[in-house]
Amino acid sequence: MTATTLREPRRDSPLLRLDLVLALAVLALIGLGSILVWSATRQRQLDAGLDPQAFLRRHVVNAAIGLVIAAGVALVDRRSLQAYAPLVYLGSCAGLVAVLSPLGKTINGAHSWIVLGAGFQVQPSEFAKVALVLGTAMLLAESRDGPPGTREISMVLALSAVPIALVLLQPDLGTVLVLVFVVLVVLSLAGAPGRWLGGLLVAGVVVCAGAVQLGVLDTYQLNRFAAFADPTLDPRGVGYTTNQARIAIGSGGLTGKGLFQGTQTNGRFIPEQQTDFVFTVAGEELGLVGASALLALLGVVLWRGLRIASRAGDPFGRLVAGGIVGWWAFQSFVNVGMTLGIMPVTGLPLPFVSYGGSAMLANLCAVGLLQSVHLRGRE
Amino acid sequence: MNSRLFVLKVLVAALLMTLLGRLVVLQIPDAAQYERAATDNRTRSVVEPAPRGEVVDARGTPLVRNRTALVVSVSRSQLLGQPDDGKAVLNRLSDVVGVPAAELARQIRPCGGAVTQPCWRGSPYQPVPVAQYSATDAAGLRRVLRIEEHREDFPGVSSQYAAVRDYPAGTLAAHVLGYLGPISNDETGTEQYAGVQPSALVGRSGVEATYDEALRGRDGVERLLVDRVGSVTGSRGTTPPVPGSTLVLTLDAKAQQVAERALRTAVEKARTTEARGGRGLLRADSGSIVVMEAKTGRLVALASYPSYDPTVFVGGASPAQYAQLVDEDRGAPLVFRAVQGAYAPASTFKVISAAAAVGSGDYPLGGRYECPSVYGPTGQKNFDSAALGTIDLRTALVKSCDTIFYRFAYEQWLRDGGNRPVDKPRDPMVTLAKAFGLGERTGVDLPSERRGTIADRGYLQRLYDQTKTARCKGSSPVDREYCVDGNRFRGGDATNFAIGQGDTLVTPLQLATVYAAVANGGALLEPHVGRAVVAPDGVVSEIAPRVRARVPVDPNLLGFLRDALAGVTQPGGTAAAAFAGSPVDVAGKTGTGEVAGKQDTSWFASFAPVADPTLVVIGMVSQGGTGGTVAAPMVREVYDGLLGPGGVLPGGRLPAELPGSVLR
Repeated sequence: MTATTLREPRRDSPLLRLDLVLALAVLALIGLGSILVWSATRQRQLDAGLDPQAFLRRHVVNAAIGLVIAAGVALVDRRSLQAYAPLVYLGSCAGLVAVLSPLGKTINGAHSWIVLGAGFQVQPSEFAKVALVLGTAMLLAESRDGPPGTREISMVLALSAVPIALVLLQPDLGTVLVLVFVVLVVLSLAGAPGRWLGGLLVAGVVVCAGAVQLGVLDTYQLNRFAAFADPTLDPRGVGYTTNQARIAIGSGGLTGKGLFQGTQTNGRFIPEQQTDFVFTVAGEELGLVGASALLALLGVVLWRGLRIASRAGDPFGRLVAGGIVGWWAFQSFVNVGMTLGIMPVTGLPLPFVSYGGSAMLANLCAVGLLQSVHLRGRE
Repeated sequence: MNSRLFVLKVLVAALLMTLLGRLVVLQIPDAAQYERAATDNRTRSVVEPAPRGEVVDARGTPLVRNRTALVVSVSRSQLLGQPDDGKAVLNRLSDVVGVPAAELARQIRPCGGAVTQPCWRGSPYQPVPVAQYSATDAAGLRRVLRIEEHREDFPGVSSQYAAVRDYPAGTLAAHVLGYLGPISNDETGTEQYAGVQPSALVGRSGVEATYDEALRGRDGVERLLVDRVGSVTGSRGTTPPVPGSTLVLTLDAKAQQVAERALRTAVEKARTTEARGGRGLLRADSGSIVVMEAKTGRLVALASYPSYDPTVFVGGASPAQYAQLVDEDRGAPLVFRAVQGAYAPASTFKVISAAAAVGSGDYPLGGRYECPSVYGPTGQKNFDSAALGTIDLRTALVKSCDTIFYRFAYEQWLRDGGNRPVDKPRDPMVTLAKAFGLGERTGVDLPSERRGTIADRGYLQRLYDQTKTARCKGSSPVDREYCVDGNRFRGGDATNFAIGQGDTLVTPLQLATVYAAVANGGALLEPHVGRAVVAPDGVVSEIAPRVRARVPVDPNLLGFLRDALAGVTQPGGTAAAAFAGSPVDVAGKTGTGEVAGKQDTSWFASFAPVADPTLVVIGMVSQGGTGGTVAAPMVREVYDGLLGPGGVLPGGRLPAELPGSVLR
C-alpha cells in the first residue's frame, strides 16, 4: 500500500473499490431467494402448526453470516490467501473424512452431513468446492511461464482426486460432477494442453461408468437417471418430483400465479422444494417474468465473475475467478435444468437462492474471493 | 490464455440461453397444458351415488326397491402397502365375515389377463366390497361393529352404508327384472355408460339392463381441493345427484303370480306323468308362459321355469352360486326361456302352413283333403298314425292332421322344382314364416333375445358350408351322403317345416307375436315390458305400442284361422279335455315337438276371448309331453286366473292409466 492510501483512507476504502455490480446482484439473488424459500416453506410450516417464518429467518441469518465472511475474505491479501489455501484444503478433506466416520449423517439419501449438535449441521462437500478452486489455482499459478507441464498437471490431479474420491464415497454424484468440472475449467484456463483435457474427459466418463458398474452409486441415484431418460417411467415414484416440478413451472405462465398463490407450492406437491427445487417456486408464482429475472441475475453474477477473471492482475486471481464461475455456471445449469426436465435429478442447490447454510456460506466465501481478486486486479 | 477464457464465456452464455429457451417453451406454448395438469393435481372427485330408480308393475306394485345395507370393503392397494401384503388383515377379516381368507384374496384381485372369476372388475384403486349386511340384520351389524371397534387391526378395511336392491315381491318376475353387476374396465367411459363411476353397479340383465340409463340417474360429484398427501384444503363446488327414474312395467304382478303358479304346477304334475311310448316319467326340465295383450304387445306376464332368487346378485353372486345358476343339470335357472329359449314350434306352426297353403292360391279354403295315416311320397306318419279320412282345413287344424300339411308342403316343393330347384323358388311357407317375424328378434325391451331359426334353403346351405369339411372326412354312409348334397332342400325338409319340426326353432315370445297377429287381424307387434319411465321431476315418458309390420294374410283367412283355433278347445279338438267347462272362450293350437334325444316339447299357443281377443297366452314345457295333456291345461289355468270368475285381469286389459303412486 502506498502512503497516499494511508492518508486518505475514506476515499480509497476497499469497500468503495469493490465490484458493486457483483455485490448488488448477489444481494438481489439472496433477497429473491429468501422470498422463494419463505413461500416454499410457509404453507407446510403452517399445516404442521409450526412457525411459517422459521425457514426464512434461518435463511436470512445464514446469508448475513455469509456476507460477513465474504467481506472478511475480500479483504485478505493475496499472500495470506496463498498461505491459507493448504489449510483450507486440508480442513475440507478432514471434513469429508469426518462425514464418512460415525459423525456423518444421511439426509435425503445423501450421506454428506456432519451434525455439530444443537441442530447445527455442516455439509463439508460445499466447502470442498472452495478448497479445490483455491488449491488447484495455487498449484498451477506457481509455474510462471508457459502452460503447465506434466508434473504440475499430475500434482493437480492428485490433489483433486482426494476430495473427489471422498465425495464419491458419500455418494454425492452431483457434487463430484461439479468438482470435476471445476478442475477441468481451472486446468483449461491455466493453459493445459488440449490432449490432457480430452484425456481427462474420457477418464471422467470411464470413472462414472465404473461407478455405476461397481455399484458405488445407490439405486436411488440410478433411478433418478432412469427417470430422466423416461419421465413417464413411474409418475408416482421416481419421476414424480420432476413431473410435478415441470407442472409447477409450466402452469406459472407468463406472469405467474402470484407470490404465495402457487397451488403446486402450497399443495406441497414438490418435495424439498426450498432446496433443490426452489426454482419451481419462482416459475410457478412469479411466472416467466420472475424466473427469467432470476436467470438474468445469475447471468450478471457470472458475467462479473468472468470480467474479474479477465482483468485479474495475476494467474492465481484469474484461475480462482474462472474456477468459481465454472462452479456456479455448472451448478446453476444442472439445478435449473433438472427443474425444467432437461437434466437428471442430482441434488445440487441453486447458488444464493436455495435454502441451506453450508452452500450459502461456501458461495459467499467465493464471492469474497472474487472481490479479493477484483480489489487486487489493479494493483 | 484469453482464448480459453473466451470459450468459458461462450459456454456460460450458452448454458444460460438454454435454460431461458426451455423456460419460455414451458411457460408460453405449453402453459395451458400444465395449468390443466396442476388443476387435476389438486382436485379429487368425491362421488355421491344417485339412488337407483324403482321398478313397479302396471298397478304401481313395487317389484324392485332400494334398501340400506352395511357394506364391508377392502382396499387392495392399502393391503399391498403392508409388510405381509395384508395377509394378517385378511385372516382376521376372514374370521369376522366367515369367508376363507384365500377366497377374499381372490375376490379383490383385479380382473384381466389370466385372472379369471372371482376377481374385481372395478377400478384397482377403489375398495372392493366383500360382504354386506342388511341394516336390519342384527348379527351382521355385530360383525361390522367388531371391525369398527378394532380399526387398528383392520387397516385397509372399511364399512359404509350403501343402497342395495331389494325385491319386495320376492322371486316374482326375477328374469324380467334382471340384476346388477359392476361395470367392467372396458365399459367405463363408453358412451353407453357415460358418467358411470368405475366399479359402480349397472344393469346386467332384464329391465335393469335395458332401462339402465333411465334407472341409474346421475351421480353427484363434489370437487375437493387436495394437497400432495390427499388432505382436503377446500371445495370447488358440488353437483347434487339426480335420482334414477321410476320404471313402470306393463307386467301385472297378480297376473305374473298366476302364470308362475300355473307353470310350476304344470311342471310338477308333468313329472308324475308317464311319457309317450313308455319312456318313463316326464322330465319337464323347464318351461315358459307368455301373456301378452293381443292388440298392443304389452306383456302382462312372462314366466320362466326354473327361476331363481334375485337377491343372490345383491352384493355379487359368488362363483359357486353363479355356476349353479347356469348349470344345465339344474335346469340353468338364469336362462329366460320366454326370450332366450328356442324350441321346435311343432303343430302350433300350422297356422302359418295353412295360411301359406291357402294364401299361395294352391289350395282352396273350402276344399276337402285326404288325411291318411301315412303320406306316401315321404313315408311320414300322422301323429299316433291315425287316419281321419277326407276332411276340411278347419278339421285338419282342430284335430291336427299332419299328412295334409305334408302333402301341401311336398307338392309346393315339387312346384319349386323338387330336387332341381327353379331359379327363384316360391317357398310359400318359408316366406310367410319370415313375414310373421320368425327367425328375427321381436325387438322386445329385454336383453339377449334369441332369433330362433328358420330351416330354409339358405339355412341348409350355411350349415353345409360350415360342416362339410368335417363331414366329408367321415367314413359313415350318412356322412358320405351328406358330403355329396347335404345342402339340398329335400322334400322331407319341406314337409318337416310344414309341421314345425326339424331345425326350425322359435322362442315362446315369437310365437306370442304370431298368434297375436292372427288374433288382432294381422298386426305383427313389437312386444314390450316397459310401460313408462317417470323421471324424479315428474316428467313421464310413455313407451308406446309399436306395430312392426302387417302380415300378408287375407283378413278372411285370418278369420278362418281364428274360427278353426276356437274349435281346438271344443269337443273333438286336441285341447278339448283341457278346456272342458272352461269359463273363458279360448282359441288355440296344441303342439308336440319331437326333439332328438329328448322327450317331447309341449306347446299350447292361444288367444281369448274368441269373440274379441284381448290376450295371447303361450305355454311351453320342455320335455313336457304332448301339448294337449300338459301345456293346454297349464294355459287354461292361466285364463281361469286372469279372465275367469274372480280373475285378476277381468276384460283382459291392463289399466289404461299409469298408477297414481308413481306420479308426483
